[in-house]
Amino acid sequence: MENSRQTKVSVKNLKKSFGKLEVLKNIDMEIEEGEVVVLLGPSGSGKSTFLRCLNRLEEITAGEVIVDGIHVDDKKTDINKLRENIGMVFQHFNLFPHMTVLENIMLAPVELKKMTKEEAKEKGMALLKRVGLDSKADVYPPQLSGGQKQRVAIARALAMNPDIMLFDEPTSALDPEMVGEVLNVMKELAADGMTMVVVTHEIGFAREVASRVVFMDGGYVVEQGTPEEVILHPKEPRTIDFLNKVL
Amino acid sequence: MISIIQTYKVMLLQSLGQTLLLTLLSLIFAFIIGLIFGLMNVSKSRILNCIGTIYVDGIRGVPLIVLAYFIYFGIPAAVKAIGFTDFKLSALVAGTISLSMNAGAYMAEIFRAGIQSVDKGQMEAARSLGLSYGKSMRKVILPQAIRTMIPSIINQFIISLKDTSILSVIGFPELTKAGNIIVGNTFKALQVWGIVAIMYMVVIITLSRVAKRIERRINVGKLEAN
Repeated sequence: MENSRQTKVSVKNLKKSFGKLEVLKNIDMEIEEGEVVVLLGPSGSGKSTFLRCLNRLEEITAGEVIVDGIHVDDKKTDINKLRENIGMVFQHFNLFPHMTVLENIMLAPVELKKMTKEEAKEKGMALLKRVGLDSKADVYPPQLSGGQKQRVAIARALAMNPDIMLFDEPTSALDPEMVGEVLNVMKELAADGMTMVVVTHEIGFAREVASRVVFMDGGYVVEQGTPEEVILHPKEPRTIDFLNKVL
Repeated sequence: MISIIQTYKVMLLQSLGQTLLLTLLSLIFAFIIGLIFGLMNVSKSRILNCIGTIYVDGIRGVPLIVLAYFIYFGIPAAVKAIGFTDFKLSALVAGTISLSMNAGAYMAEIFRAGIQSVDKGQMEAARSLGLSYGKSMRKVILPQAIRTMIPSIINQFIISLKDTSILSVIGFPELTKAGNIIVGNTFKALQVWGIVAIMYMVVIITLSRVAKRIERRINVGKLEAN
């Protein structure tokens, strides 16, 4: 049975417009359980918008997005329930500044009655340990460095035991010396078999961790394949051009 | 002047008490009204936006004195007209309603601005965790918004406190009304209005000082956090 892995995300003919501007033009994508899909592409290519369509932070204009077998865009879908299974990490961390690090992590599990306070605390501490920040549990987010903030944000997203994690340029707002610590946490997560969709400019991360690299430009998927195929031996001129610029 | 204070001490202090009572009651209701209409004004629903806008613009477009007359005289007249002949509205109730509605409209704007001052990534992060819109508001957005709103809320408190003097026109026994009565008895306008003015000033300056202190503490909290 090990070859028939479950499809986690299925996107068909996805279109997304902001007013007259069409940002996504007919995207198809299947993502299987345990895959680490890295989306590359110039800014404005629609990668972040695509990611945000997966948990309906953006309403889609046409097509369909199915996550865990559930139509994300269906009005009848309990989107809050579905989002519990989809963790998201943002470029600007978006930690809640009025809560301690531990409270940030405990909020959703306790509020959504997934865990008791004690369980959530235990889980929170375990997650903080995992990202190497158990000593910062009672600190408020503004006292943390960027890299620490992002690691807390990852821990917070993991607290709900999601089975998919979305990363929207998680290292773009970090000082260069802090990028590594965040990527390391993500690598461990990938090694544990988490299904991940990552928008990033870290080509090194893509080469090392991605099971698939998707190159997007102008609202289309231009090219996709293994990191070796897309990054080392790109076929499309636009991919070659982009990689020449960033490498 | 001393003799006026001695003779009318009890009356002056009692009326100041009424002024503070009316202010406090109105502010509590105004907070609730402001929260409700403020939330309507930031919601995505066009209908709610519309209701919120009508309320805020409507109330802000009417002078408080007109609103007070309308509620104190107009509403009982209307209720009597439909058959409840012994319906009465006390000056305290009418005054509280008028001032609450008035301050509520300004408070709605304070709430709207406070909520909009919170980075929109906060809502997205809360929603992405599976929290509903309401829960995200309650647990994530409002606690941050209210912090930034505190100076404006205290400012509104001071404005409303001064506005209570307008409600002397419907006979509410607050400080300005007391001043009127005492001037009528003594014919000493300069001294009496001087005393009344100083009483307002003392209360308001004390409040502003407290406000400053609270504000500073919030800012210190922020600095420590940074």
